[in-house]
Amino acid sequence: MVRIAVDLNRCQGYAQCAFLAPEIFTMHGEEALLYAPEADEAHRAKLAQAAAACPVQAILVDAVDVPAGAVSDAR
Amino acid sequence: MLGDGSLERLKREGRIVVVGASLAGLRAAETLRAEGFAGSLTLIGDEPHEPYDRPPLSKQVLLGRAAADRTALPRLRSVDATWRLGVPATGLDMAAGRVRLADDDEVPYDRLLIATGVRARAWPREAEAELDGVFVLRTRDDSAALARRLEEGPKRVLVIGAGFTGSEIASACRERGLAVTVAERGAAPLVGALGGVVGAVAAEMQREHGVDLRCGVMVTALEGDASGRVRAAHLSDGSTVETDVVIVSLGAIRNTEWLAGSGLGAGPRGIACDAGCRAFDIRGIVTDDIYAAGDVARSPHPLFGYQFLSLEHWGNAASQARIAAHNMISESTDRIPHMEVPAFWSSQFGVNIKSVGVPSLGTEVLISQGALRDHRFIGVYGYQGRVIGAVAFDQARWLPFYQELIETTAAFPPPFPTVDRCSDGQRPLDADFPDPSVPTHGPTVTLGGYSPADRRMTFTPAH
Repeated sequence: MVRIAVDLNRCQGYAQCAFLAPEIFTMHGEEALLYAPEADEAHRAKLAQAAAACPVQAILVDAVDVPAGAVSDAR
Repeated sequence: MLGDGSLERLKREGRIVVVGASLAGLRAAETLRAEGFAGSLTLIGDEPHEPYDRPPLSKQVLLGRAAADRTALPRLRSVDATWRLGVPATGLDMAAGRVRLADDDEVPYDRLLIATGVRARAWPREAEAELDGVFVLRTRDDSAALARRLEEGPKRVLVIGAGFTGSEIASACRERGLAVTVAERGAAPLVGALGGVVGAVAAEMQREHGVDLRCGVMVTALEGDASGRVRAAHLSDGSTVETDVVIVSLGAIRNTEWLAGSGLGAGPRGIACDAGCRAFDIRGIVTDDIYAAGDVARSPHPLFGYQFLSLEHWGNAASQARIAAHNMISESTDRIPHMEVPAFWSSQFGVNIKSVGVPSLGTEVLISQGALRDHRFIGVYGYQGRVIGAVAFDQARWLPFYQELIETTAAFPPPFPTVDRCSDGQRPLDADFPDPSVPTHGPTVTLGGYSPADRRMTFTPAH
């Protein structure tokens, strides 16, 4: 799984992501963006393309694989 | 730090504790590691979940386009931390440098970052708040529970409070085809944050999308049936709304109760800190080892007369956390101030609303581009002859220009012509913010005066 967040303060609705990865990003109205906060591994390459193509670099994607145990409350 | 090597020692083997494991806590942890902190890092969170993103909870999740439990924040780098999740912090011993947890454990720190954020204000009558079908929306679990209930197709949803969250909820419910009533104490939706001129547009948008919007009314009581399910709400104008889902959207309360009696300058208005995120104690002396960031922090902002500003904004949490983290492990001369221009967004009823600066400080508004009737415009807010904020309805690309006007304290009204100006925008209007003494849902930005620890506020429990 790949986690996604979009800094919508930066986003200006250029919609490049919606063209490149429509499974994840869709326009909602004229300029608001809706995105899937989590995507299948299969979409990782597309997602990277969409993030790179964003003119205002608003798309944040996992840079590291966080192991499943990483959020346990181990002391 | 005195150049005696203590800072290097802190970075090598110190103990940093972050209380609050949401956006601010995570971004601070990532920044600490990115800047070479190699000591022990502990993140404490009251929810059992790893850090997740909240904006989708009132939008994608309620629309049924994303699952609430799949909104975890992307990790920008590895943080190699000890996570204590599902265990709230219950106390702070500043002298001993320890955070007390709900399970009676104590966690010692050399540097502490407080990013405990806010929580939803609950419906004040406890028995009514506990009725089945009454919700608030702040956490992942809140959103999951509400989304499940909306899936069942309630006959009518009642939203109490038409601030941004309440309006977004109403929008999502209408998009799902559900009947929606919105009850707002103020004169219009969003009026606390954007004023009456723009609030009137928000009201029009709601009504055009079929919301039964009732302004200037309060919900006086919620009524349950014999099985404890909510069935109706009674309003101050004497009317009754039959409803099976009620969403209480009355703003937020800062999570500072756990600091009561600690000596830190914390109270219902948040934790006072300097522009470098160092928290003040109740004597008004800045601490060297305790920092605050995100929704719970309030700090002086040079663009707004150095008054203490609290911001419940996503972007503020992310950037303030990075600055706090940097400053925690920097020499005093290398510290940087948090003075980003406030910004937020909302999308509702098909319109993208974005804002920069602090509109709620404005006394006048000029529609500098577009037209109110098209629900597509820029409103520029003026205060004492300067530009103090701007809001865009489906005009986001112009906002950086207005941000620059705010940053350069440009004159208001702007003396130059603007693209696409209509008859609306020939002269400034009274922005029509509610009288602060009249109860309304309130803005998401609060100016808290100058006192680092207003005693009246500091020593008054939240209820």
